Amino acid sequence: MEQIKTGKNVISDQTIEYVGILAKLELSEEEKQAAKKDMERMLDYIDKLNELDTSQTEPMSHIFSVKNVFREDVAEHVDGGEDTLANAPERKDRAFVVPKTVDQ
Amino acid sequence: MNLLSLTAVELGKKIKAGEVKVEEATRAALKAIEVKEEQVHSFVTVNQEGALKRAKEVQKKITEGALTGPLAGVPVAIKDNLCTKGMLTTCSSKILYNFIPTYTAEAVLNLEHAGAVILGKTNMDEFAMGSTTETSAYGVTRNPWNTEHVPGGSSGGSCAAVAAEEVFYALGSDTGGSIRQPSSFCGVTGLKPTYGTVSRYGLIAYGSSLDQVGPIAKDVTDCATVLEAITSYDKKDSTSIERKEADFTSALVDDVRGMKIGIPRDYLGEGLDSEVKEAILAAAKILEEKGAIVEQFDLSLVEYAIPAYYVIAAAEASSNLERFDGVKYGYRTKEYQGLHNMYKKSRSEGFGAEVKRRIMLGSFVLSSGYYDAYYLKALRTKALIKQAFDQAFAKYDILLGPTAPTTAPKLGASLSDPLKMYLGDIYTVSVNLAGLPGISLPCGQDSKGLPIGLQLIGDCFQEKKIIRAAYAYEQSRIYQHSPLADQ
Amino acid sequence: MNKEYETVIGLEVHVELATKTKIFCSCSTAFGSAPNTHTCPVCTGMPGSLPVLNKKVVEYAIAVGLATGCEINQYSKFDRKNYFYPDNPQNYQISQLYLPICHDGGIEIETQAGTKMIGIHEIHMEEDAGKLIHDDWEEVSLVDYNRSGVPLIEIVSEPDMRSAEEVIAYLDKLRMIIQYLGASDCKMQEGSMRADVNLSVRKLGSKEFGTRTEMKNIGSFKAIARAIEAEKARQIDLLESGESVVQETRRWNDEQGYSYAMRSKEDAQDYRYFPEPDLVPIEVSDQWLQKIRGRQPELRDQKYKRYVEQYGLPAYDAQILTSAKKLADLFEEAVKLCEKPKKVSNWLMGETMRLMKEHSMDPEDIAFSPVNLAKLIVLADAGTINGTVAKEVFEQVFANDIDPDQYVEQKGLKTVNDEDALRKTIAQIIEDNPKSVEDYHNGKEKAIGFLVGQTMKAMKGKANPGMVNQILKELL
Repeated sequence: MEQIKTGKNVISDQTIEYVGILAKLELSEEEKQAAKKDMERMLDYIDKLNELDTSQTEPMSHIFSVKNVFREDVAEHVDGGEDTLANAPERKDRAFVVPKTVDQ
Repeated sequence: MNLLSLTAVELGKKIKAGEVKVEEATRAALKAIEVKEEQVHSFVTVNQEGALKRAKEVQKKITEGALTGPLAGVPVAIKDNLCTKGMLTTCSSKILYNFIPTYTAEAVLNLEHAGAVILGKTNMDEFAMGSTTETSAYGVTRNPWNTEHVPGGSSGGSCAAVAAEEVFYALGSDTGGSIRQPSSFCGVTGLKPTYGTVSRYGLIAYGSSLDQVGPIAKDVTDCATVLEAITSYDKKDSTSIERKEADFTSALVDDVRGMKIGIPRDYLGEGLDSEVKEAILAAAKILEEKGAIVEQFDLSLVEYAIPAYYVIAAAEASSNLERFDGVKYGYRTKEYQGLHNMYKKSRSEGFGAEVKRRIMLGSFVLSSGYYDAYYLKALRTKALIKQAFDQAFAKYDILLGPTAPTTAPKLGASLSDPLKMYLGDIYTVSVNLAGLPGISLPCGQDSKGLPIGLQLIGDCFQEKKIIRAAYAYEQSRIYQHSPLADQ
Repeated sequence: MNKEYETVIGLEVHVELATKTKIFCSCSTAFGSAPNTHTCPVCTGMPGSLPVLNKKVVEYAIAVGLATGCEINQYSKFDRKNYFYPDNPQNYQISQLYLPICHDGGIEIETQAGTKMIGIHEIHMEEDAGKLIHDDWEEVSLVDYNRSGVPLIEIVSEPDMRSAEEVIAYLDKLRMIIQYLGASDCKMQEGSMRADVNLSVRKLGSKEFGTRTEMKNIGSFKAIARAIEAEKARQIDLLESGESVVQETRRWNDEQGYSYAMRSKEDAQDYRYFPEPDLVPIEVSDQWLQKIRGRQPELRDQKYKRYVEQYGLPAYDAQILTSAKKLADLFEEAVKLCEKPKKVSNWLMGETMRLMKEHSMDPEDIAFSPVNLAKLIVLADAGTINGTVAKEVFEQVFANDIDPDQYVEQKGLKTVNDEDALRKTIAQIIEDNPKSVEDYHNGKEKAIGFLVGQTMKAMKGKANPGMVNQILKELL
């Protein structure tokens, strides 16, 4: 995570742990080490973008300047329940079942 | 007569004329699949019963005169990241090992309305992340030209199925080259339309701002015909664009006189295989001989496309793939303690290494403190790349170059070094960043007998120009059937 | 010691908009259906589904922005907020971070200390989450996506409030404005209005803000007041004992009267916002803005003024009647029908309020129609029923929204104006009560009250009271 003077990216164990929490991925120790190396290499490569002066350039998220795509407020669906639940790994009646979510 | 050696449009004509029955064509394709799958493995799911039932229905409609289009009755294969109602849709991932969509992707619906018979779902790199179709959870697909080599990816199954002549045409998706590059490796023709041309509704997203669905077939005529059928303005996709003049087949004209073609000098530089370079320049020569004005120019920024692409695609993918969590569909781990453990175990067991790698990278570049440095920087670079193309298209009607720096590598040669694999996307990703249409078509073989792909790139909404040039070039050569096709 | 500290409070208020359909799909927003009934691929995060924005959501958000003095961002975008939780089917929420639809507004509140401006930092649009039901029998929760994708606006205030009283006044005012706009019913109990409280304390006179905490899950005005008091005390205690406040999200448990931290190793609170690639930007043209402005209904302050000027109502009446849109609507409808503003006001301020209090109801829960109130007023005003009967009939109107004309007819409650019949009855009463008659003649004025009462009783309450008095005096 910390940028060393040479410009080489170094990803700490802590960072990999943190990204794993964000991404909800549990990596084995081996995978973590590989992920660190992969990410360092990728970031070093991505740092190539810093050669470009983009100070005068706006970020472009959409290619086309299409705006205002709306739907009217008209209800169309009837009962979507069975379709919605058709692929559920675990269900109870008409609801999905998940491990208890109460905080604490 | 080997039915499977026909193009989709040729078969469509025979069906229309009553010379071939839809069921006959369907059975022939199913038979080819049965014979060749062991060697090529293009499919994740073969829809045997459904296809035969559908063939009868379609035949009835054709006989009644209710279906008259050029693709009526022609069997097709669909990449496994397009939802098909009632038919397993896995994205070649374990995490969707049992997912049966309750709706059909708009592009596929459009094909059904045109009378298509769906033969099955084709193999791909898991969630379309990869360039070899080796990251599939359901085994690798092999190149019909040489089964020791990869078919390319991520639409490797679709391209291999067409090249092996298991099917007449197929749908693929292209986020960074996933239609064009495997088309190039498999010696078939694949077209990535302008962003927004084909609805993304029902396409399981990888990089939402880059994904497009497109056709893969034996020739340019098929591609234009299929593109015409799947193009639609879809109110369910907010990024869908109402295309005017979507009569792409009208561009199937053998005439490039006066057409200005630019070859980016940056596409011929270091890293390009010399045999590929030779084939590309020979193809340019043919177009020149046909009356096009061809010149080389500096496109610039080419080396920045890959890093920008991987930041954007990984960021969007990390978010798009959050929904695969073991709650609503797909794989849930067997044993877990509490919610977050269930999430982590389901996802870690359900996703393969390449998908995890990109999710990790995407989560990192979006995380607090890095968003500006990576994600916004990539979006700014994208704007510059778009500008570079705008300048190029102010001078040229189309751009010409290789689809990939090399022909198909050997199985197992790419995955050990992901970054090296990513570099293979150098000529394709910028087209997605800029939303442009691009086509890859065969233009020869290397000394190993592996196909070489010629890429033509058009400005936004200028599919007709690349179709015209591709068609004109195609007239100069004969379609080469892969060794597996002739079996 | 508390006196040395000042409490600094900002609110994030979530309001469910009164659209017929969800924000990104055409599923109904109706309440009360079986779990997962109002769902489709979009609001359950099915692979391949895509959102399409409901235009009405934008219009309601702008209407609220205009009514709260906000600037409207004429170029606005959606962003993804990424976090894993099962009530959030995509594991990201489509919201607005970088270019929210409204910003920099404010509303004036009134407290005992006078009026004060509370700034509004921004208003943004987003989608609501589904509902988690905790199973009583097993260690599991059940997920229902009927509410998933219901449109919300989040109104983020500046940290301008200093007490629970100001917070309540702010919420009250906000609720009123939004109800008047018809943008939401703002029922806290049902969750269509929810508030998160950001609170910090600092030494009086200090310019720097203290470390704040965020309290979620507060379900009523009263609970908000209690949560604020408790959190303020907790923070002051921490500081006084030399500890420091930790910036965190806390959940208020109103039954137990304390809050607890929602900290978890798995909640990194790093939402990785980025522009939603599946939605295109919103551009609000001047014309569109003008159209929305032109459709804005009369808000409370204007209504209040008009009630005083046009209907000649006392300021107090106008104040109460405009305190809830439901009351004001009832008032105006009934006045339109009977043209007796003061009488309508009296019924609403008197009997209606009394019965509401008795049943601890909110104005929104009033179920009777203005037509029946107007009919009752006409009956009473024409002397067709007397005051006592009118109250009795009103209770029926209030409880069951009965038609007063029919009810009075069926129950035979009309006032008896037949003088001959009255005279006969009164003559009989005088004969039966010689003692009272004597008292009256001896100057005991009160005795006549007794005789009136007896007469009314004999007439089953339907006699015209004026006529009874007159005839009694005459016969005596």
